[in-house]
Amino acid sequence: MSDSGSLGRFFHVAWLIMRKDVTVEMRSREILYTTAFFALSCVLVFAFSFVREGRAIEDAASGILWIAIAFSGTLALGRTFERERTNETLHALLMAPADRPAVYLGKLLGVVALMAVVEAVLVPLVGLLFQAPIGTHPMYLAMLLATGTIGFAAVGTLFAAMLIRARSRDVLLPVLLYPITIPVIIAGVRGTATLFSGGDATMARAWLGMLVFFDVVFITLALWTFEAVMTE
Amino acid sequence: MSRRLFVPAVLAAMVMFALAPVFIAWAPRETTMGVVQKIFYYHVPSAMMLFLSAFVCGIASAVFLFGRRAAADRVAVAAAELVVVFGVIVLVTGPLWARKAWGVWWQWEARLTSTLVLWMIFLAYLLLRRYGGPGSDRLSAGLALFGMANVPFVYLSVNWWRTLHPKTSVVPTLDPAMRGAFWWSVVAFLLLYVALLAARLRVEQQRSRLEAAYLALDE
Repeated sequence: MSDSGSLGRFFHVAWLIMRKDVTVEMRSREILYTTAFFALSCVLVFAFSFVREGRAIEDAASGILWIAIAFSGTLALGRTFERERTNETLHALLMAPADRPAVYLGKLLGVVALMAVVEAVLVPLVGLLFQAPIGTHPMYLAMLLATGTIGFAAVGTLFAAMLIRARSRDVLLPVLLYPITIPVIIAGVRGTATLFSGGDATMARAWLGMLVFFDVVFITLALWTFEAVMTE
Repeated sequence: MSRRLFVPAVLAAMVMFALAPVFIAWAPRETTMGVVQKIFYYHVPSAMMLFLSAFVCGIASAVFLFGRRAAADRVAVAAAELVVVFGVIVLVTGPLWARKAWGVWWQWEARLTSTLVLWMIFLAYLLLRRYGGPGSDRLSAGLALFGMANVPFVYLSVNWWRTLHPKTSVVPTLDPAMRGAFWWSVVAFLLLYVALLAARLRVEQQRSRLEAAYLALDE
């Protein structure tokens, strides 16, 4: 990646891989429908434990939102790479004359796009069911969701790709992913909670800054390790 | 190398641990907490070894991942196991003290929570090692690298989260008269750590040698 030409190529490869993932997904919409439905089921289960006398307890809405995102995100990550595994296509992808980090970036973008669609359903629903004021700071909410999702998916994509050849990968993905992404979850939940509690956006901005910092560090680290981890 | 290190380290650690209770008994009694405070002489050095071991594991994993040195991987496994072992000591002695000092077994405070998360990351590392199947050495090296980079983030995020819900926790500053016994304990634990690491490393070396011998026999 010495000159702009190869940098352009890098992003072009990432873009192509993302487009491939989106195209494959749009044909069956399997992961999208199942993941979105799973997220709704999560919200329902949490509603039973966190709603007292018709109202959600304090700060519950942001917690429910982020747990649903984390759980459904894990499911989406697992399914996305399971599809590559059953079709033996990840092998082909890694053998392609493309930069490995570009492959990682493409997969990451695909996962983020998928999770974004699920969140587009999830956020209004949480706002509706738990009287969360999602409209007071829509920009900050969107940015918190975007940076949080990217951070979660950045670690998740690397780990899901790593685990593709491992035994008991289904259970190992959440086992590895949740302890590592704890800062993302804390920042996401607390940032969203300050927005939902109707306070000013200063605290949310601080959490947003942390999420951006986290994203930068973890994407850099993932781009750096992806090649070494994925080599046979 | 691990064998030459093991015997002196184990002997010195034994002597130091045998004498440690004497120094700890000599150290002045903390006025508010009394005898309960003495658990610190075991708790804090164990926590230090936990973080040291996590650091050793992270560095060794990076060397293994980018330098392709099998020896580094053996160090990483040994260190990861010791993170979990010292983590158990920390997480058992901590609540024992907290029950007396704070009145609760557990506080969602920055240091406690980040220690718990770090311990869980290395528990996940061992689970991956054990159940990940072939190739899990490379994967766990990646995990250790992320785990090490994660430590400041976890601390920072938990710290912010807690300061939003203010709750003071008094972490007592060390009385100069307690320093002798404290650093004695730290050195004792460091020697124990070195001895355990050397022993575990040796087991790992033997195991890989045995594996190589089996492979040679098959061919």
